[in-house]
Amino acid sequence: MSTVKIPPVLRQAAGGERTVDVSGATVGEVLTNLCDQHPAVGAQILTPDGELHKYVNVYVNDEDARLLQWTDTPVGDGDTLMILPAMAGGAR
Amino acid sequence: MKLPASLADQIIAHAREEFPNECCGLIAGHGDEATRVLPATNAEGTPFMYVMDPREQMELMDAIDDAGEDMVAIYHSHTRSAAYPSKTDVELAFFPEPLYVIVSLQDPHAPVIRAFRLARSAPEGEQISEEPVEAT
Repeated sequence: MSTVKIPPVLRQAAGGERTVDVSGATVGEVLTNLCDQHPAVGAQILTPDGELHKYVNVYVNDEDARLLQWTDTPVGDGDTLMILPAMAGGAR
Repeated sequence: MKLPASLADQIIAHAREEFPNECCGLIAGHGDEATRVLPATNAEGTPFMYVMDPREQMELMDAIDDAGEDMVAIYHSHTRSAAYPSKTDVELAFFPEPLYVIVSLQDPHAPVIRAFRLARSAPEGEQISEEPVEAT
């Protein structure tokens, strides 16, 4: 089981939990299981196709998962994941 | 949102400093009262897009939380268009609670600051609601 830290912006969607223990051998599996457990979280961080939104960052033990093996990054007991939607936009 | 003139000046100064690129940052305070501006780095660094540096974003959000303050708003500049949310602004508005403040430098001599609540998953036509900015 990995521990997923839920930021305040997603907390209500995760039933008010600050952290959630989620099973899964990779970042992708953990996120899929988290969104299965809390569909309201999925509605915020996944695209309509079910992919993780490009502007949602994931950190594994404080390392940017995109700089590791992204959703294939292996995780397990004792690992901490953090999900952080970006602050982004633009005139176009 | 109540925005002291000194903070509005800081936001405009930040927008001018970063021009022609967009600037971004956070506004901390209590409830709807802004008390300080926390400028951040636009990791994208272009005139048409902002992406707050994610590390800074985390640190600034923690700093606001640790100080017992609220994140009143996320601000960014529009350098050539009006102070109104673009389609991209709405699509990427992951934060439903803080206001999205836009400072426009379209008329460089008369910057405009407006504030909006954005709901990216709301039906079209209901995603943008303007909130008054009261100068204090």
